[in-house]
Formats: sequence, C-alpha cells, structure tokens
Amino acid sequence: MDDFDFEGYACSVPIQRTDTVVLGHGSGGTLSRDLLNRLFLPELGKAAPRALDDSAVIVMDGQRYAITTDSHVVSPLFFPGSDIGRLAICGTVNDLAMVGATPIALTCGFVLEEGLPFDVLQRVVISMKEAAQEAGVYIAAGDTKVVQKGSADKLFINTSGIGKIAEGINISGVNAKDGDVIIVSGTIGDHGIAVLSAREDLGFETKLESDVAPLNHLVETMISAGEIHVLRDPTRGGLATSLVEIAEQSNVMVEIDEQTLPVKPAVKAACEMLGFDPLYVANEGKLVAFVKEDNAEKVLDVMKKMNYGMDSAIIGRVIGIGKSQVRMRTAIGGTRLVDMLPGEMLPRIC
Amino acid sequence: MKYLDEYRDPVKVKSLLREIESIVTRNWVIMEICGGQTHAFLYHGLDAMLPPQTELVHGPGCPVCVTPLEQIDKAIAIASRPDVIFTSYGDMLRVPGSSKDLFAVRAAGGDVRVVYSPLEAVQIAKANPEKQVVFFAIGFETTAPANAMAVLQAKNKNIKNFSVLVSHVRVPPAMEAILSSKSNRVQAFLAAGHVCAVMGFHEYPPIAEKYHVPVVVTGFEPIDLLNGLLAAIKQLEAGNAVAENQYQRAVRLEGNESAQRTIRSVFESVDRKWRGIGVIPQSGWGLRAEFKEFDAEKRFDVENIFTQESPLCIAGEILQGLKKPTQCAAFGKQCTQQTPLGAPMVSAEGACAAYYKYHRDVVYG
Repeated sequence: MDDFDFEGYACSVPIQRTDTVVLGHGSGGTLSRDLLNRLFLPELGKAAPRALDDSAVIVMDGQRYAITTDSHVVSPLFFPGSDIGRLAICGTVNDLAMVGATPIALTCGFVLEEGLPFDVLQRVVISMKEAAQEAGVYIAAGDTKVVQKGSADKLFINTSGIGKIAEGINISGVNAKDGDVIIVSGTIGDHGIAVLSAREDLGFETKLESDVAPLNHLVETMISAGEIHVLRDPTRGGLATSLVEIAEQSNVMVEIDEQTLPVKPAVKAACEMLGFDPLYVANEGKLVAFVKEDNAEKVLDVMKKMNYGMDSAIIGRVIGIGKSQVRMRTAIGGTRLVDMLPGEMLPRIC
Repeated sequence: MKYLDEYRDPVKVKSLLREIESIVTRNWVIMEICGGQTHAFLYHGLDAMLPPQTELVHGPGCPVCVTPLEQIDKAIAIASRPDVIFTSYGDMLRVPGSSKDLFAVRAAGGDVRVVYSPLEAVQIAKANPEKQVVFFAIGFETTAPANAMAVLQAKNKNIKNFSVLVSHVRVPPAMEAILSSKSNRVQAFLAAGHVCAVMGFHEYPPIAEKYHVPVVVTGFEPIDLLNGLLAAIKQLEAGNAVAENQYQRAVRLEGNESAQRTIRSVFESVDRKWRGIGVIPQSGWGLRAEFKEFDAEKRFDVENIFTQESPLCIAGEILQGLKKPTQCAAFGKQCTQQTPLGAPMVSAEGACAAYYKYHRDVVYG
C-alpha cells in the first residue's frame, strides 16, 4: 500500500434534538438541564424561586418551608438492599434535608399497571411505611391511578414533601465559599451498580447493596456541629454532576482528590468492566457537603459516628472564586477536568 | 484493587517519567492506536506530565469513530422497521447518522436495545421468534470473536430470525494506511494491547521493518502507557525499528489462537470504508459466503444505501493524527458532547470526547 490518499475525510452534521424526548433527558446530566432551561423554566419557572436546588424554599408568615417532589420509576422494583418504596420516601426526605429542612409530611401518588400482583404492591407499601418511620415523617395524603397493561412499567411512585427550615440555616447551591471543605458521606456509586447488577441481562453478580437511606438525621447532626454552606444528594448523574452544578451555581473553582474518594472495590471493579466512572453513578443515600473551612474536622467527626456517615471523607475544597470549574487531582499526580454527565450513561464497546 | 492499583502507583509513575526525560534528546511523534489509550492518557492527566519532546497523536482505534456514516444509516433503516428488534453496544446509539441517531429511532417507537454481548442478542432472537433480531457487529479484532461466536451459535441452533449488520475493521491495514500517507507524521506506534491479546503481534514486525517505525504493544494503565512510551523512545533514540511487547501480562506473540480460529471460520478479509478516512483495502472483515444468510444488509435490502459525508468536521485528520481535537474550529463551540458533529466526540473512546471531557480548560483557560 503506497501513497495512501486521505483526501475527502469528513463527518456528519450535528443532530439538534428538537422534536422528541429521549432517555438522556432523564439522566440528570446536561440533557436534563437543557430540557429544563429550554422548556420548563421559561413557562413554569417564575413561580418557583431557587428551582435549581433539591427543594424550593417558600416563606409563609415569616416561616421558611422547603417543598419538593420526585417521581420514581426504577426497574427492577426490588433490587439488592432496597426497593422502589424505600427509594420513593428517602428520595423526597433527602431533597428536603438538602436545604436544611426538617421533613414534616409527604404525599404519595401511585401509578399502577393493570396486572400488578397485590403482594408486590403490599411489599412496596410496607417498605414505604418503614422508611417513613425511620425518617420520622408521615404520609399525609395519597392518590392511586391504574393504567392499562403496557401503559406503564408495573409501578411508578411520585412523592412530594414539605419541611420546615429553622432560623439561621442557610443552605443552598449558591452558597459555596472560598476555602470550603468538601465532604462526601460515604462510598459512591453503590446504588447505581447494585441496580445494574440486579438486571438479568448484565451477566455479573455482586454482593453489593444499594445505599438508599433517609439522610435527614445525619443532616441535623451536621448542622449542629458546624457551618454548612451547601448540601446535595448526588443521585442521577452522580457526584461529578452535583459538584459541577454547585460550582456553576456559586461560581467557584473546586478541586477534588481522586485518592480520597471512597469507592467500594466491587463498584470500582464493575465500573472498570463496563466502562463507567463511579463519579457518574447514582447514589441514593449519600450527600456531598461544602463546609466552612475551620468547621470541617468537627463536622466530619460527628458524621463518622452516624450510621449513614461512617465512611465519610474529605474529598476536596473550593480553591477559588469568580470562575466555575471542577478539577481532579488524579491518583498518579496529574490533573483533569470533571464534567457533567452528557446524557445517558452508555457501556463502552470494548 | 488488585491489577489496577499497582499500575497506577504515583511513585512508579514519577520514576518512569524521570527515565523518559533522561533519555529523550529530541522531539518525537508517537501515536497510540487505541482510543482506550487516548482516554487513559487524558483521564489520568498523564499527557500533561510527559516531557515536552514527546508529542502524542491519537490514532484511529475507536470503533465507534471509524464506523462509516452509511453503516449508521443502514442501522437506522433496519431499526426503524416494526418487525425488528435492533441490538447494539451502548455507545453506537448516540452516533449521528445523516438525519438522526438510534436513540431517536427508539424514541419514535423502534425496538432498539443495548446489549453487553452479542450472545445476548441471540438469546433475544430465540425468545422472540416472531421478530427479526439484528445485532450491530462493529469493532476491531477485540469484538470480532464474540460477534463471530454469535453467528456460529445462531447457525448451530438454527435460529433463523437472527442476523448481523457487520462493520468490522482491522488495525494493521489502518497503520499501513497512516504510514503510507504523504502527510504522515507518526514516528512510532503504541500498538493496542487488547487487539493484540486476541491477534498476537506477529503482524507487526513486517510493518516495523517496511516503514522503519518502532511498534510497541502497550496496555492501558498509566504504568503500561509509560512503559510503552519508554520502549518506543528508546528505540527511536537508538535508531531501531522493531515490534516489541510491553504488555506481557495479556499478550503473547501468537495471540489467542482459538479466538482467531473463530473469527476466521465466520469472517473473511474485505475492503472496508472508514469514517472520515475512506476505503482502506482489506481493512475489514465481512461474513464468509457460507454465513451470508445472517447478513442483515441482504436480509433487509439496505445494501444500496450510500451516504455522502459532509465536510463539516475534521474527524479524518484527527483519526490519522494530523491534528489535535483542540485544533478544530468547531471544537467546544458547534461540536460538544451534547451536539457532536462527529463520532470522535460521541464515543467513550473518541479523541475529541476525551479532550472535551478532561482538557477543555487548556483551550479556554
């Protein structure tokens, strides 16, 4: 083969997805944000102040309340360590806790697919009861709709919640300050990998369990130990997406250290196999906190004494303001950018 | 974690970097063939730690990136049929065809499924006898054995409703194409370790000799990459050009002969079009005559789809290492991971995606 001619190389035109919703719009990453910015916020956003935190904060008669809603569509309904019922309660409790609110009451709406066995539904409801008891919230109202077989995947649950924010607490994605220390409350990626491994077609098994847990008691303890500026539960899109969101909201530069990230070996191994990065894998019982520099050790100490904070670790800090960026010191001593999840997380080819 | 941590040891990394610095006397252009290696360099921040004389250029070893537009258009045409369950590795779903991608087909009601192995697709065919199940068989020598095995299984189990849309490519002809190009800058190769685990590296000594380039079989962890670079630079500095193996824990000279037999029993060497590059003679694998009944192109009559690629992105120059992603005018502007102009921005192994994810700041400060 001599003088091979490379003339005429080219690529395709971009695809602007303007006409239909794709799964990536629900991934929690940049596609989700595009949908929000392009469609929802212009029409519906005005009435929802601070709509980009995990909960909105509304003021009534001088008292601040947090309000939030979340729909749960996980498949399979039961996965190692948890199920859709516990997830539906904890998801909303945690969203309230992430603005420093004490959860008061939840509502739940069920969409049931025709043919769903009663015992499945019963197991889910019992799990919801137990999670609500653990969190110390009650279910104040509910709704049930049944759709034809094929119109929904077995069971969808929406939960909404309201909580009260005490005087003096000011926790929001916009509050990160220069020097803040970043703490994560435990190992990352457990939930996402546990759910993946429960799907029959994956071809690998782990003893890994999902981390679904209510974090409101952990948050109360943290608030009593030091000044917390930002809290977020890194669910869809993982820790990376949460950090990028916070860096953007507060316009700060964040640096995290790869070697300090708590990751279980099973999660690491599964991610290596599938071509995933634990930074982007969903968590349902973890939080990331931006804590005032000189309070960090004390906050970390109390977190480590709590059931859902035992593996807490300092993973980085805010190293500058005036520019939003998340950087990582890699284990070998290099640096790179950390970005949001662009769309659906896709297993690589080889 | 075992088999990972010891290859990411910061102390060993530093000492290898020092060794490279101590022997390099002039500028060298070295191409890592595989997109997995490109990503590893950038993911670990290793590229920025190398001495300035070492210029890495990123090779065409990204299966998603080199699958031509018309194959994607064929996939979309097949996947859009109501009687078809179309199965594929995940990252092919986001690669744009000329008007849409496979995600859009799924959103419009097409049955498009991500599988982790082609054997899953055979299972799906067995479980859905009333449907036609098609697997998108793309990739290099790494994916070819499993894809060949799927075809063999379907034949042995007499599963008639299974077929494959084949777009397999091979590394050595691409290396020769790059070296034969008038604009070639590559002075040494880090050969793709996973490809060599299957194929061995007996194909490389003739290339090293004919074009006088060192070819070093290299793995994917930081220590592997540095060992590969060190070996390549040693050869370059000494004026040597041989094929050597720095990935001995996975690669033998003869490779995995059983996998090679499986490939050869199902596929034969054919001319293959590479996205952004053009047709490279004998650079791909196609189904042998006795397996033509499993050819989805024939079964669904899409053989006559020809797509003209429009010259809006410089994928070709990127894929043969002439330009860095950051030298593209569209990079990070019109072309992002959300709106990819070209496949190198889509794939987990694409060079543009790696720069966009990990080193966008180098361009924008």
